[in-house]
Amino acid sequence: MLELLKNLASWLTSAAQWSGPEGIATRVLEHLEYSLLATLAAAVIALPIGLLIGHTGRGAFLAVNLSSFGRALPTVGLVTLVFLAGGLSVWPVYVSLVALAVPVIITNTYAGMAAVDPEVKDAAKGVGLRGRQVLWQVELPLALPLIMTGVRLATVQVVATATIAAYVSFGGLGRYVFDGLAQRDLVQVLGGAVLVAVLAVVADLALGGLTRLLFRGRPAAAR
Amino acid sequence: MTIEWGWFPDHADEMARLTADHLATAVPAVLLGLLIALPLAVLAHRVRPLRGFVLGASNILYTIPSLAFFVLLLPVTGLTRTTAIVGLTAYTLVVLVRNTVEGLDAVPAKAREASQAMGTRPLRTLLTVELPLALPVIMAGVRVATVMSISLVSVASYIGYGGLGQLFTDGFQRNYPTPVIAGVALTLLLALVADALLVTVQWLCTPWLRGTSRQRTSLRRKAA
Repeated sequence: MLELLKNLASWLTSAAQWSGPEGIATRVLEHLEYSLLATLAAAVIALPIGLLIGHTGRGAFLAVNLSSFGRALPTVGLVTLVFLAGGLSVWPVYVSLVALAVPVIITNTYAGMAAVDPEVKDAAKGVGLRGRQVLWQVELPLALPLIMTGVRLATVQVVATATIAAYVSFGGLGRYVFDGLAQRDLVQVLGGAVLVAVLAVVADLALGGLTRLLFRGRPAAAR
Repeated sequence: MTIEWGWFPDHADEMARLTADHLATAVPAVLLGLLIALPLAVLAHRVRPLRGFVLGASNILYTIPSLAFFVLLLPVTGLTRTTAIVGLTAYTLVVLVRNTVEGLDAVPAKAREASQAMGTRPLRTLLTVELPLALPVIMAGVRVATVMSISLVSVASYIGYGGLGQLFTDGFQRNYPTPVIAGVALTLLLALVADALLVTVQWLCTPWLRGTSRQRTSLRRKAA
């Protein structure tokens, strides 16, 4: 066990391991590219839907059940399926990661919108704001903390799951995990796993910091 | 992509075996999770300073990717089912601990005080008053944990204990979509059935919630 940790430490710290097209630096960048693009795409799809459902109150049933469906959908199966349907391209990776993130963001956006006090909305209408103005100027700002929680949860899951890119023969940190498993090289597997975990934690902390920065002036209850 | 329907009857035995295998990993994981989460949550609920620590620790467990988690356990537990179960258990903790703490927090102080006034000891109050009243919120957590575990079992197919996830590896290696579709569909179905079962269990365990429909909606909203 101690031997293993020593080997792991030297694997993680050796300069040769970090440089070159197969190096850790390249793999981290690839991993970040998949994760960021997928989360962005998911946000672009999910945010309008969540806002619309929350604002109109229509389709709430869909929003609530979607999260359960999203949790039940096995990502490995999905990536395999899209790969077999579409052949060797980076599409399966993005489709699976976006499918993972969309329900989380929709559900949280809806929950944030639903939690806005109806009296506040009535007050906004009372002072003469129209539907769209109520959405942008009252509901959205109040719902933002919960929306950010959704984006944060989705990001962590996407970073953690982006290892599947290597399953369909692409890069990213999953490369070390899958190559290591194939070569029975436990040190390499553990190295990849540790790096993914660190990246997920860092992404979570970064978004947490951003959220706090955004809501600096708000009362603690709204954060 | 074509589905070969003839594959299904030919592989009924295999599908049944893998489904049983799938459950043999997911169910113990959730039960073990509950066994750990309940005392932890009671502790976090009673002892305020521990609260942030317990909730934070379970959150960090959730940040570690599932595949990485199984792999990190390999040196300790080896290529066994235990690895898969322990990995999944860790995942269930974040939902189970948070929901149990929230459920206990939501128990009206008056209910606890009334029980204490009648001379009931704290442990008995916990078991007969607080936990039953917190049950709807706890069960909401159990449902999420169960659905999540059932979906995540397939990740353990890399270490050979993936249940229905074996169908993904099989289809992928032979470039044959039918087993993959079967695997995805069966996983979804299993999660759905398990969720429905838990709803029924909750309904049976909480006869006092079967009041008027208006009471039910407000209670359910609180539980969600």
